[in-house]
Amino acid sequence: MLEASGISYRHQKDWLFRQINLEVQPGEIVGLYGRNGAGKSTLARLLAGYLRPAEGHILVDGQAAPEKGYHPVQLIWQHPEKAVNPKMKMKKILAEGNPENHSMQQMLGIQEAWLDRWPSELSGGELQRFSLARALGPQTKYIIADEITTMFDAITQAQIWHRLLEISRERQIGILAISHSQPLLERISSRLVHFHDLTDRPSRSLRYFN
Amino acid sequence: MLKVTEVEVAEDLLKVENLAVSFRKYQTHLQEGFEQVLTGADIAVKEGEIVAVVGASGSGKSILASAILGILPDHAVVSGRIDFKGQALTAKQQKIWRGKEIAWIPQSIQALDPLMKTGRQAQAVIKSGDKRTRQQRVFRKLGLSDEAGYCYPFQLSGGMARKALVSTAILSEAKLIIADEPTSGMDSETLHEFLYMLKNLAQEGRGVLVITHDLEAALAIADRVAVFYGGQTLEIANASDFAAQGELLRHPYTKALWNALPQNDFMLYSITESQRASKEGGCVFQENCPAANPLCTNKQPRLKQLKDGMVRCFHA
Repeated sequence: MLEASGISYRHQKDWLFRQINLEVQPGEIVGLYGRNGAGKSTLARLLAGYLRPAEGHILVDGQAAPEKGYHPVQLIWQHPEKAVNPKMKMKKILAEGNPENHSMQQMLGIQEAWLDRWPSELSGGELQRFSLARALGPQTKYIIADEITTMFDAITQAQIWHRLLEISRERQIGILAISHSQPLLERISSRLVHFHDLTDRPSRSLRYFN
Repeated sequence: MLKVTEVEVAEDLLKVENLAVSFRKYQTHLQEGFEQVLTGADIAVKEGEIVAVVGASGSGKSILASAILGILPDHAVVSGRIDFKGQALTAKQQKIWRGKEIAWIPQSIQALDPLMKTGRQAQAVIKSGDKRTRQQRVFRKLGLSDEAGYCYPFQLSGGMARKALVSTAILSEAKLIIADEPTSGMDSETLHEFLYMLKNLAQEGRGVLVITHDLEAALAIADRVAVFYGGQTLEIANASDFAAQGELLRHPYTKALWNALPQNDFMLYSITESQRASKEGGCVFQENCPAANPLCTNKQPRLKQLKDGMVRCFHA
């Protein structure tokens, strides 16, 4: 189980959010939605170990995530073109996170010919499949999907999610899906959560903008 | 006595016919070549109308916006016709009208000046009156507080910065507003507020062209939808044609887009997202089309009128 208990985060003095509790079971798809600027993406980064919470702790299957080496919680970003090194060929980009795995590549719909291309020669949807393949290494237990299909058309969105859901079922990977699209979350999630319900105290910085 | 009945036909504010754009580039041994990105773009926007251009990334829809605005890079070669207010839209006219008669809401919030407070940036397009009051009124309508106007772009979240960007087009007095992917990253509440604002703009008699990959958002506001694929307009449909299983839609690609929505069947299609602009002759969609036959391989279908809309397909 991926478990965040009582985590808080702040930029300098103002708290972005306080005392957030969230659980994701293996193989479970949790859909998370909420207002712009509420802190959804910051929460995603905390869970995947890019940031440290100021309070509280995050446990992965009962243990704190390792400080070094492979992180069992992998974050997939909204803009795949910003998450790849433009000076590496796709083959090398894949190898950053994941030893060669043909069945996975096939499952995600990655064509053999794409491996020798540069990121600039692929479309956003094609690049996002690589981001998924890179993040789904053998040690990955949980995936945080932060608006991963927001930039794509409906056909591409369905292609990516159908495949990710299949892999999640097969390997019992828990997914936290963050999106503004209610129909999408209702379609893919086993459980829906509103960001506001994760915390009992409203954050102070929201005062300005709501 | 001869009676002349006046038929009120709203005139086309913008009319794009058979627009093609290619980029000149040099291949090996300095040989000049052309990369075709648009091969047959057709679209019309009337006053008071919202038209959405929908397509996957790489379908050429953003290039269409750049061509209308006249902001294509120098190595672009353009053919076809763009009319604005019944006149040919020349490069000279584009320069005069850009920002005044034709406003653009860009896709990226990086278009905001990072060193200027957002309120000041929005005020810059206002010609007369109390600039600050007008700016704050529009900000509030969009759900931005007065304080947000005194923030630099980096102090706002992505969605808020986007609203600040949108406010500039609302504050300008342009007749035609082109919004490139305006809704991505907005929460549903903000999205509805924003779509409502666009509708208001149309009701004031402005024409709005929304370029988006998000069919759902497009259908929420647009009167008509132009579907782009591989650099061509494959279909122009009424928003009301998108219903049930898509029986009223004319092109197989449009039907697939509709049925792949999560609120419909969330269907899985093996349609490739990007297709190089058409090979000489054939239909751009042939490789993905269940109905493709030798005719589709040899000949390029033309855009034809069908049931109150247009379609580029032999089988429709």
